[in-house]
Amino acid sequence: MAEFKGVMVLGEASNGRLTGITAELLGCGRRLANDLRQELSAVLVGSEVRGLATEAIAFGADRVYAVESPLLKDYQTDAYLLAMEKVISQMMPQVLLMGQTAIGRDLAPRLAFRLKSTATMDCVDLAIDPETKGLLQTKPVYGGNAHAIFTSDSYPQIATVRAKTMSPLPRDPSRQGEVIDIKVDFDPATIKTRLLQKVAQTVAGVRLEDARVVVGGGRGIGGTEGFKQLEELAKLLKGAVGASRPACDNGWTPDVLLIGLTGKIIAPELYIAVAISGSSQHLAGCSASKNIVAINKDPEANIFKPARFGVVGDWRKVLPAFASKIREFLAG
Amino acid sequence: MSNPDVAMNIIVCVKQVVDPEAPPASFQVDAATNRMVPGPGVTSVISPFDEHAVEAALRIKDKQPAKITVLSLGANLLREVVKKPLSMGADELILLDDDAFTDGDSWSTAYALAMAIKKISSYDLILCGRQASDWDAGQVGSGIAEILGLPSVTVAKKIEIGDGKARVERVVADGYEVIETPLPALITVTNELGQARYPTIKGIMTAKKIEPIVWKPADISVDLSQIGTAGRHTKLVKLFQPVREGKCEFIGGQSPEEAGANLALKLREAKLF
Repeated sequence: MAEFKGVMVLGEASNGRLTGITAELLGCGRRLANDLRQELSAVLVGSEVRGLATEAIAFGADRVYAVESPLLKDYQTDAYLLAMEKVISQMMPQVLLMGQTAIGRDLAPRLAFRLKSTATMDCVDLAIDPETKGLLQTKPVYGGNAHAIFTSDSYPQIATVRAKTMSPLPRDPSRQGEVIDIKVDFDPATIKTRLLQKVAQTVAGVRLEDARVVVGGGRGIGGTEGFKQLEELAKLLKGAVGASRPACDNGWTPDVLLIGLTGKIIAPELYIAVAISGSSQHLAGCSASKNIVAINKDPEANIFKPARFGVVGDWRKVLPAFASKIREFLAG
Repeated sequence: MSNPDVAMNIIVCVKQVVDPEAPPASFQVDAATNRMVPGPGVTSVISPFDEHAVEAALRIKDKQPAKITVLSLGANLLREVVKKPLSMGADELILLDDDAFTDGDSWSTAYALAMAIKKISSYDLILCGRQASDWDAGQVGSGIAEILGLPSVTVAKKIEIGDGKARVERVVADGYEVIETPLPALITVTNELGQARYPTIKGIMTAKKIEPIVWKPADISVDLSQIGTAGRHTKLVKLFQPVREGKCEFIGGQSPEEAGANLALKLREAKLF
């Protein structure tokens, strides 16, 4: 392992900017690199990404590798695999971090198998073992009912990180770093899949992941009518609506509003969970919320465990009175 | 697959797991062995995303001739559990059932499944659930694809077959992508596909008559050092249950309406809006 050195973060960009998870990964990567007394690098892959290198440096990277090609404009498994394989074989990082995102979920396992290394998915905690200097990777398992700490002695140790579990460093534009271009020659024939279309399913209003207030609804809401009430409350609080699996599976609300293990990870100031039992899978998506308020008719419901405030009662009766009182307060 | 009259061969990998819908309190960790001990009365099921993978295969078979082979790995697999895909409409069940296959990680599991798929040899499409509900890793599908050198598409909510290709809708954060892949390919399936069908009485009767094919390590020519515990690339250092402190302050009232109003008052006091 002597030859593998340094911590590397795969950055992601959206609309010409580094994503929030990228800053979080750099914050976490900086801490790990400091513990190892090694460098932190960022890899930016895309058609025009070099311009974001200074941002990655401002958020903690010592060095940025830019891999640019028109064939890398959109994420495609085979193309990104080739690009990352090349970067890793040249730079040989000890640790490689990615976000638990559409890209990381797809790329990390396949890259780990290609490199005969290992990946641990959806980590919520990462640390360097003081004795072995190996990466201790903590991830929720059994739908969040337990946590497991994994390690391995294959390198690079790859981990994907759950959004909003790591703190970014304050942006420091005075930080200095080096930008290095890496050229990857593509034989287009090696890219077997083809991206035909991207379909955006956005919901009007505040983005769920960015909202300061989220109103979530679950199985007990019972239908689309109930979600209209949640939308009104969310609007009143300038927040967003989210949902648990049963509400999405029943089609009461779009799948893109799912909060949970396989959906959105939220961390608002205030999360109002209405008629949500609080399965571990749902808590995986909302437990980073600063304040959880739960309304549920079952006093034993799991959602009350992480909640700060709770009301035991039928939401149909509790919620309208709650909303009208809030409206009254806001009217001053 | 250019000839639509020739049945398409689909392999679906499914995992038997502890019922993830069991109440959270029934999950207990045995610290001495680093294992999850299911509480009394907790049953085993097919991992839910794997059921969606079976459903995806059946939806293809609804439209064109297809043979669906279900593949599962474990030790002492419960026949009443692993036969469920057959009662939903799958044609064949192959079990890699041996102690040597157990306690593996994504590496050893993907390797054994890939070796079994090599032995099956004729396949156009391999389907897996996006992740199993026990370890929630989501790596085995991509691992199989890498070992077999196949293209992979993950987190699919819709699969359409035509002209020797699959057109896949892949779920991403703010919508979905439409991806075309040549066949054979490996695709992992997510719940956004929609509800998996329930077994019919007829299906259950048919499934009863189908005897699973059981393969031991020697049957699929695996290197014993690469399967189960021996083949792990990762080490489980510790399994534990994070403490969730129950510090919820319950807000009451003479009526549910009053409790609602009191809650609003409380949130204002706490300056939460």
